[in-house]
Amino acid sequence: MAGTSWITSTPTGIHLPGPDVWVDPSQPAARSLITHGHADHARGGHGQVITTAETAAIMALRYGEAPDTQHAELRQEIPLGDGVSATFFPAGHVLGSAQILLQRAGERIVVTGDYKRRPDPTCLPFEPVPCDVLITEATFGLPVFTHPPILGEMARLLEARATHPNRCVLVGAYALGKAQRVIAELRRAGYNQPIYLHGALARMCALYEELGVSLGPLKLVEGHSREDLAGQIILSPPSALNDRWSRRLPDPITAMASGWMRVRQRAVQRNVELPLIISDHADWTELTNTIQELRPGEVWVTHGREEALVHWCRTRQIRARALDLAGYDDEDD
Amino acid sequence: MKAFSTLIDRLIYTRSRNEKRDLIAAYLRTAPDPDRGWALAAMTGALDFPAVKSAAIRKIIGERVDPVLFALSRDYVGDTAETVSLLWPTPDAAERVGSEPTLSETVTALAGMTRASVLRELPLLLDRLDANGRFALLKFATGAMRIGVSARMAKLAFAHAFDVSSDDVEEMWHALQPPYAELFAWAAGGEEKPDASALPVFRPFMLAVPLEEREIDLSQFAAEWKWDGIRVQLVHMGGETRLYSRGGDDITGAFPDVAADFSLPAVLDGELLVRGAHQGGEEGGAASFNALQQRLGRKQVSAAMLAEYPAFVRLYDILVDGAEDVRALPWTQRRARLEALMPRLPASRFDISALIEAADFSALATLRDNARDAAIEGLMLKLRDSPYVPGRRVGLWYKWKRDPLTADCVLMYAQRGSGKRSSFYSDYTFGCWTAPPEEGGEIVPVGKAYSGFTDEELKWLDSFVRKHTVQRFGPVREVEKTLVVEVAFDSIHDSKRHKSGLAMRFPRIARIRKDKPAAEADLVETLRRQIV
Repeated sequence: MAGTSWITSTPTGIHLPGPDVWVDPSQPAARSLITHGHADHARGGHGQVITTAETAAIMALRYGEAPDTQHAELRQEIPLGDGVSATFFPAGHVLGSAQILLQRAGERIVVTGDYKRRPDPTCLPFEPVPCDVLITEATFGLPVFTHPPILGEMARLLEARATHPNRCVLVGAYALGKAQRVIAELRRAGYNQPIYLHGALARMCALYEELGVSLGPLKLVEGHSREDLAGQIILSPPSALNDRWSRRLPDPITAMASGWMRVRQRAVQRNVELPLIISDHADWTELTNTIQELRPGEVWVTHGREEALVHWCRTRQIRARALDLAGYDDEDD
Repeated sequence: MKAFSTLIDRLIYTRSRNEKRDLIAAYLRTAPDPDRGWALAAMTGALDFPAVKSAAIRKIIGERVDPVLFALSRDYVGDTAETVSLLWPTPDAAERVGSEPTLSETVTALAGMTRASVLRELPLLLDRLDANGRFALLKFATGAMRIGVSARMAKLAFAHAFDVSSDDVEEMWHALQPPYAELFAWAAGGEEKPDASALPVFRPFMLAVPLEEREIDLSQFAAEWKWDGIRVQLVHMGGETRLYSRGGDDITGAFPDVAADFSLPAVLDGELLVRGAHQGGEEGGAASFNALQQRLGRKQVSAAMLAEYPAFVRLYDILVDGAEDVRALPWTQRRARLEALMPRLPASRFDISALIEAADFSALATLRDNARDAAIEGLMLKLRDSPYVPGRRVGLWYKWKRDPLTADCVLMYAQRGSGKRSSFYSDYTFGCWTAPPEEGGEIVPVGKAYSGFTDEELKWLDSFVRKHTVQRFGPVREVEKTLVVEVAFDSIHDSKRHKSGLAMRFPRIARIRKDKPAAEADLVETLRRQIV
């Protein structure tokens, strides 16, 4: 069977022993390929980093300029040494996110990183890449997870705002990707008012703008009175929803944009009143359709609810196994 | 069905009790009859569809979804109804038979199903609903709404919606049947109030508040033991006898022996207990709660069960004497009426809760501390002048529970909770040493606890479990035997449930003892000595 000798998986990440290159390692490594900028995949302190220009800019914003960063052009094969090469393809997860095709002696292994198949105005769409081994995520790898169309979720958000003119709607959204997507989708739904931000989201939004994703008028919550904020939409990191910070807001309707909101008790646990099922990950249907579309000889599952996806593959005569990778945390996605 | 399932959905995401009450009240004011009556029945747990049980639902979903995927999903979601509602394959518009049913149509359809037809008919009904509708249906069809709304709150919301007295609603409740046409006709339609006084209905219980640090004057208060059974209301009226539990549930079916021996017109308040030397009770006296548990939750009881665990009632109070409602009389007068009634009741089935004489408060405290009877939970203190009023009122009745027993145990297994705790490892099995560890002792389970900890402690315990897992068995994780927890419990008994041969009554996690090494946890033998 395909590529088991030149690629290994350890709890720290996926490793190519020949050229000694890691993919999204959870510990500092001499040479790393990075799929996207979320902190659990792109950590600081690496030696050489090979990633897309956008992900490099996101990492620079978080960790400072890396000493040795090589920008990967999409669809351009990069030789890594020992006969192994890497090619980056869009993953549709967040701005700059990529899948990585690893090749050696005619064998093709695709690491999806995190991905989704739905349109997202803030990043390039996922491109299916034929392969022998598909190394896939499984964050939402249970059949209960099917994300509804985002337009309906936006309509519920706008309706909550319209029916409570004296309150504000506070939307918890992950700082990289989710926040900007929610803003861009609000604009697409015709909402042109200023959107207010928690300070922790401002820099990433500014970087998106710099990289060519326009988000419309944005303001910081800081410096605005309760009266100013009544009837407004405010975005904050999920951790700030029930934090002291939110006490300054006018009786907020607590919303959260996350794929986990599909499960009622997950929303209730976080004291969410308005659950918005919006995810930057593939849902169960996307995960299984992608495997069926690519028909890889073998599927390796990196993180999430691996058991169900591995079981699903096996019932369809597709070889599959779970890689026990540590350190990927997707609770807020 | 849409209005009802939307209500259920919003109730789940609403935290404030007042907002929940207002949501229910708004629904009850605007929904049509008889939908709103069925909704009230669903929220008060008054609906029962014998053919629609979780076994049937699992069978139905098993024919549509891979059982492994269903089990993994159920384990993650923590709720069967929600899992099924999410996994249900939505039919194409062309395959759907009929439009979305109303709540009344849904109830009628569910009530008409048999064990044979449910497998065919329930799927057709689910096909006509969206995910929220399926969730609401499965929740009320299986009898456990768990939406953070108690029957009491639903009744309060009803009273609030139509601006009527909640005591009136509570009192006539058991005279009425879903969908409560007379109740709505009275409250919403201005018709005459349904008369329940001659019917064997439930009257709301008078309850006690914890005494805590207060000292009370024994010249104003009478003291009696607080018995560890279940509070029960005995009603005999219009030739019928009923037993009601504290929540107003009709438990007559589980205690036919008691019901058969109560046939004089009255309403009495007492403690339901089991007689016998079984597990702690003195000869002929009250046995421990553990023995009573054998009789609880049964719709029917076998003759053997009746013989082995005979039930009796220790009487506390009288609410109705003949045709006279005596609730407004002071406790002293009601007590005299109850005492006068005793000779007319069979002594094998009824006795009176004796009053306790104590010189002063500190003498009473000593009596409480020395009470070793397994059937005693503590003391009750009752204001001598007080009428019998529904609910909990400060200053009238106090409960003064015995201090709990405690043991230092080692955490062994943890299981994910359900409902709000579906992502937390919140159910803990803990154990004690069979012999000191240096003498080769091992840790065996002595009990399970789901409560006692704060939210912060729960997060800490959850993270401890995740970091110290040594083995997984489905939803259960076995952990390293290193963490000592102080477990508080009301009493301890012989039991075959755990390997240690012990079972605790109401165990809860009192403290996490991060400071204590596992080797210093208690011995099983030490716990065994606390059996009384």
